[in-house]
Amino acid sequence: MTQPLLSVKDLVIEFPTRDGPLTAVDGVSFDLAAGEILGVVGESGAGKSLTGSAIMGLLDPPGRIASGEIWLGSQRIDNLAEEDMRAIRGKRIGMVFQDPLTSLNPLYTIAQQLIETIRTHIKINESDARKRAIGLLDDVGIPAASRRIDDYPYQFSGGMRQRVVIALALAAEPELVIADEPTTALDVSVQAQIIDVLKEQCTERGASIILITHDMGVIAETANRVAVMYSGRIAEIGPVRDIIKNASHPYTKGLMGSIPTLAQADDRLTQIPGSMPRLTDIPAGCAFNPRCEQVFDKCRTERPFLVPNATCEVACWLYDEAAVKEGKK
Amino acid sequence: MTAAFADFLASDFFYKFRRSPVAIGAFIVTAILVLSALFAPIIATQNPFDPGSLNLMNGFSKPGIANDFTGETFFLGTDDQGRDIFSTILYGLRVSLFVGFSAVMFAMVLGATLGLIAGYTGGRTDTIIMRIADIQLTFPAILVALLIFGIAKGITPPSYRDEVAIWVLIIAIGLSDWVQFARVVRGATLVERNKEYVQAAKLIGRSPFSIMIKHILPNTLGPVLVIATISLALAIIAEATLSFLGVGAPPTQPSLGTLISIGQRFLFSGEWWILFYPALTLLALALSVNLLGDWLRDALNPKLK
Amino acid sequence: MTGPLIKVDKLTRDFDVSKPWLNRVIEREAKQYLRAVDDVSFEIKKGETLALVGESGSGKSTIAKMLVGLLKPTSGTVLFDDQPMRMDTSDDMQQLRKRFQMIFQSPFASLNPRWKVSDIIAEPMVVLGVEKDRNKIGKRVDELLDLVGLSEKDGNKFPHEFSGGQRQRIAIARSLSSNPEFIVCDEPTSALDVSVQAQILNLMRDLQDELGLTYLFISHDLSVVRHMANRIGVLYLGALVEVAESKTLFQKPKHPYTRMLLDAVPDLEMTNRMRKEITGEIPNPINPPSGCTFHPRCPFAEERCKIEKPKLLIAGSGAAACHLVEDGLLST
Repeated sequence: MTQPLLSVKDLVIEFPTRDGPLTAVDGVSFDLAAGEILGVVGESGAGKSLTGSAIMGLLDPPGRIASGEIWLGSQRIDNLAEEDMRAIRGKRIGMVFQDPLTSLNPLYTIAQQLIETIRTHIKINESDARKRAIGLLDDVGIPAASRRIDDYPYQFSGGMRQRVVIALALAAEPELVIADEPTTALDVSVQAQIIDVLKEQCTERGASIILITHDMGVIAETANRVAVMYSGRIAEIGPVRDIIKNASHPYTKGLMGSIPTLAQADDRLTQIPGSMPRLTDIPAGCAFNPRCEQVFDKCRTERPFLVPNATCEVACWLYDEAAVKEGKK
Repeated sequence: MTAAFADFLASDFFYKFRRSPVAIGAFIVTAILVLSALFAPIIATQNPFDPGSLNLMNGFSKPGIANDFTGETFFLGTDDQGRDIFSTILYGLRVSLFVGFSAVMFAMVLGATLGLIAGYTGGRTDTIIMRIADIQLTFPAILVALLIFGIAKGITPPSYRDEVAIWVLIIAIGLSDWVQFARVVRGATLVERNKEYVQAAKLIGRSPFSIMIKHILPNTLGPVLVIATISLALAIIAEATLSFLGVGAPPTQPSLGTLISIGQRFLFSGEWWILFYPALTLLALALSVNLLGDWLRDALNPKLK
Repeated sequence: MTGPLIKVDKLTRDFDVSKPWLNRVIEREAKQYLRAVDDVSFEIKKGETLALVGESGSGKSTIAKMLVGLLKPTSGTVLFDDQPMRMDTSDDMQQLRKRFQMIFQSPFASLNPRWKVSDIIAEPMVVLGVEKDRNKIGKRVDELLDLVGLSEKDGNKFPHEFSGGQRQRIAIARSLSSNPEFIVCDEPTSALDVSVQAQILNLMRDLQDELGLTYLFISHDLSVVRHMANRIGVLYLGALVEVAESKTLFQKPKHPYTRMLLDAVPDLEMTNRMRKEITGEIPNPINPPSGCTFHPRCPFAEERCKIEKPKLLIAGSGAAACHLVEDGLLST
């Protein structure tokens, strides 16, 4: 079996507070193969953005990686010094954030920003870099790229700016692109276009994508596999089709039922009672247990870890034969 | 009441306070000075402004050393009239604190009102108020205060001048200081007035005045508190400056500035304590209030971690 | 009441986006206006939910504000139960204000952070004079908290102690406090997580059934709208391009923009359907395209579309503003 492109092992992210450390991400593990698109989906506070930031080495202090390992190919990257991490960012990992307005420097033209990124990581002269940059803009669908490359960010519309951000992320030919809510700030009709561009360009270049979002719809259209996060843990991970059409974890089932679709209209939406626990109040055992309809004793005391279930892996005692045999309510 | 106090002690704010030696130190110094001023009649060993209690023979006593003529000892010495420096400082503190505090209150109320109106109404009213503010800023505060003083002196009959002096002082310092309050409140108002809770209030037909006072004003008070604390330090110094120049507190109610002015005359003839102790007190007061204000600003700033 | 509860006629709103006077004089530029709402007319019957759907620049929020008297129309009228909507605080208007309310998009900015929750909920009752007795007000606040799924104790807390979904419940409780008949919901769940959204949407539907409310529901999310609305109006650059019954709109959309919007909805059924390519972005409303404002992005556009602006005409059981639909050239 080929080595995965990215391997996250038991990642734990903590925030120190005056009452002790708060665990925001608690033992997350997953692998990403080359050329694969992995969706990381979850609601606010689930820890998906933090996981992405940790991989990029951009965790905001006082948050810190308390334990675990992150491997990019055969290189461990979670414990690198800042200068070394900077070499990796851009060259091996490209980033696409939610707000194109803050991802692009308003004081420099697109040409300047693209060329700087290209030349930082690839040794070519200025005019070749410029040709490359124009090619990139063309690929992401900016019309009249050779003229528009000299424009400033404010001269582009929201969707166009996000395309530029994608071009910037791909400029140094990274192996992995991490996109954190890339379409949330865009209009619906533009979201679809941007997702298509992202998917197309990465696939062409053989780059893998980690797509972090709260929008299941975006995942359905784009990802190969998806990890569902809840309270800093992975509840379920597996092929997109299987998770969406046939979720195993009660949370995922509830989540899918809450999403209104164009098909059904008159039934009530499935509603999961309560809300995701605050970081200070994460329950013992399975974090979802207070809200789960199928809860039994073990759920309240012991935390379930990922076990295989058909093509997926689920962190739920319902799928652990021994646990099910052992305990009822 | 106790529940609220318990909450306060457990709050983040108090936690930050506990951990900052500067804040605690500044708070203690300020508290001591304020309490001393408050209880001056009880603590002071004499009332320095009652001519009957003075003995000229006590004049120029050195601090802590028995007087050659009368054998009395004064903690911080006496001045040329035999006034106990310690007591004069306590009474002087009263004037300084009263004037400083009142001036800041006046500036705050005036500035906040104008800032609120300018920010909420916008348009021409806003432009006019802000241009007046800008114009005033081009004048140094002391100059503005002197100007007001001059005018006040001109229009009050001489017999009332001493009584009125304190109030003129307060108005003068307050009028020179309102602009920063106005700017801060206006800025906060501009932010708040676009928020949906203001729209919700308009929706039910609340008058603009009612919205300004009940909805917007409470949300602008945070930064105002910080500015007020630092302004207090500056107001105290402004008052001291004016009194030092002779246009501030009247001789019948000397403040720390007046005392410094008096003490300055005797500095080079050897009676250094008449200047030194009042100056030290003024320094301690202004510095501790200033440090407290600085700490408060950082503590209330949600963006600093 | 015989007629519709809300009648909006030829509503238009322009904004002055000219540069400051000095700049204009120096740069010799004319004044610039932005037409945010362009000649919009519709009706809402008592008890129904009309949804207005559109993306940014569609004018949906501006329409919402004009409907509740927060913004003055440049021209056109809004009639609530046959009475014209005005912005003054006369006695008549105050009486009228008891009958409608609004729920806003941001659960964070729509509640005053310095007010207690019970005061926030009681405010409409108090200001509109619906209830004067302190005790009765207190009881009603408790009732409302219960109605939206919160507890009486929550009345003593401040907004920052609640999550986004809970704050939106408080906002709903506030909107019900004066016993209104009509509520404008401006993207009430856009800022909420999906599972919380489900709770709030269910709550809103239950309240509508229980209290006989009429809703104007504004959103950019077609799936949400499908779930909540009886009739839907689609807005593009300030104008209504299609109005139809909910089911009809989704099964047989007429206007090309509606079709494009529907195509853009993600495929959660995993049918792997082929999506028609969506082109272009929303044009700048200050300088909209000539004729039909959608023509640059429309796969069916003809010459006529570039010159002549289509009117909203009856099409089937609804209405559409499209020349080709009018001529029967577009099959559904």
